[in-house]
Amino acid sequence: MMTALTKEWLEQRRTHRLLIVCLILLLFGLLSPLLAKFTPEIIKMVPGGEQLSLIIPPPTVVDAVAQYLKNLTQFGLLLAVLMGMGMVSQEKDKGTAAMVLAKPLSRTAFILAKAAAMGASFLIGTALAAGAGYYYTLLLFEALPFGGWLALNGLLLVYFGVYATLTLLASTLNRSMLGSGVTAVGFIIVLALVEMIPAAGKLLTGGLLAWAGNLALGSGKSPAWGALWVCLGLIAAALTASVLVFQRQEI
Amino acid sequence: MSAIRIETLKKSFGKFCALDGLSLTVEDGTVFGFLGPNGAGKTTTLRILTGLAHADSGSAWVDGLEVGKSPEIPARIGYLPEEPAFYPWMTGIETLETMGQIHRIEKAERRRRVDEMLEMAGLTEAGKRRVGGYSRGMRQRLGLAQALIHRPQVLLLDEPASALDPAGRKDVLGMIEGMRGQCTVFMSTHILADVARICDTVAIIDRGKLVANARREDLIARYAIPMLALEADDGDRLNQLAVEVRRLGWARAVVVEGKRLTVTVNDLAAAQRELLGRAVNAGLVVTHYEQVKPSLEDVFLRIVENGKESRQL
Repeated sequence: MMTALTKEWLEQRRTHRLLIVCLILLLFGLLSPLLAKFTPEIIKMVPGGEQLSLIIPPPTVVDAVAQYLKNLTQFGLLLAVLMGMGMVSQEKDKGTAAMVLAKPLSRTAFILAKAAAMGASFLIGTALAAGAGYYYTLLLFEALPFGGWLALNGLLLVYFGVYATLTLLASTLNRSMLGSGVTAVGFIIVLALVEMIPAAGKLLTGGLLAWAGNLALGSGKSPAWGALWVCLGLIAAALTASVLVFQRQEI
Repeated sequence: MSAIRIETLKKSFGKFCALDGLSLTVEDGTVFGFLGPNGAGKTTTLRILTGLAHADSGSAWVDGLEVGKSPEIPARIGYLPEEPAFYPWMTGIETLETMGQIHRIEKAERRRRVDEMLEMAGLTEAGKRRVGGYSRGMRQRLGLAQALIHRPQVLLLDEPASALDPAGRKDVLGMIEGMRGQCTVFMSTHILADVARICDTVAIIDRGKLVANARREDLIARYAIPMLALEADDGDRLNQLAVEVRRLGWARAVVVEGKRLTVTVNDLAAAQRELLGRAVNAGLVVTHYEQVKPSLEDVFLRIVENGKESRQL
């Protein structure tokens, strides 16, 4: 397992995946409070925007947190799909999987190492985004409760984990990048459709993010433990399915 | 003990039958040539032996361990696929290091083996370069090095030299030949010259079935059709002689190319008695006369062509 993990981590660094995840998450962690603060000013500069700016309430720390959550979830999801869709399928297609799996490397280790390496990249990227977001929110608005901010970012990581592992499963099921991408998008659409059912939505990523926003603002209302467990369950299920599918596959 | 034993292996891809009850034994320590035309089932056999593919039915054993049931097999085999693929962002050294780590070779020994393998593959200088920039020949040699890093008992090679230029083929075949006595080599190929050069035992597979399996010389002796060749001074008279010889019972096929006559014979003794005399009687000055030594290619073509004919019938 350690050999597979070492190889995956080296790959994250050499193929600039780590750099891309870190840069994008850092950029949006940093920009989010700035955008929240200066959006009314930007709108004022647009011709006819002055009238519009009158009806926009002055930005607050709530807007900064909302902007942070919105940007990071959108780009994090995009990154999870783009980074994960070739992880297994490309190795099967190019033949590198056959080279290493004809050796005493278990298929379980092969899959779990990929998930762990991707998780580590997102962890570092999210940590950078969290630091930048916290600092700029402090500069432009006010200090956020530190524990709540940590909890928000922890829940964000769980959110990324759901989509990253679903994409990993899509990549395991397919032999081409395109097929993996289409399958991953299919999973996301199915999840989005299920989230539209109010009762189910509260137990999925939507509920998780609402809770994250509240925690960051120091409010303990509407804890969504159910959503957290369901999301962790989805991660575990996607990983287990990936391993089981991969163990039966011909490489 | 047999290094490889295959019993009634079957594998289909949809309606296409890749292996149709293949049975085969490879003796320990041999350099075994697994010959067959494209699509005969060679790669499928190798992929099943490595555990990368699963047979529909039948069994196989490698180094006494049953494929699909023993997790120890990957540690005992070295495998080189037809087109070895590497992580292009790794250097040659990192590639061999990683493969050595997967085989759990202890660090000091691993470093020594990496250096040895790089030297054997002629990649010592290129070892620090990324594999993405390697030529086809270099990748093939690195592929062989990674397959040998852990001193496997059985080396499985899928068309190891088929896509290489003559110089690359010479290098790779030299490396394989160097393994003689160190491990059992099971090499699939459709290039007969490679088998003739380095293999001591040969199996021929066609349409997923074993059609011949013997030591190379035995195979040639068993399947080759004797041929006599005669060269003379006069092409026209040689053509007249060819017409005459074709009517004789011992002649199976007669070909004239310029001033050379080649006769494939049914009865070698009768042909040897008569051919030269008939040439002299025809007024030819014979400049060269020999019994042509049949090649592995002749045997292979005969067996595969016979198979086609019998299928058409």
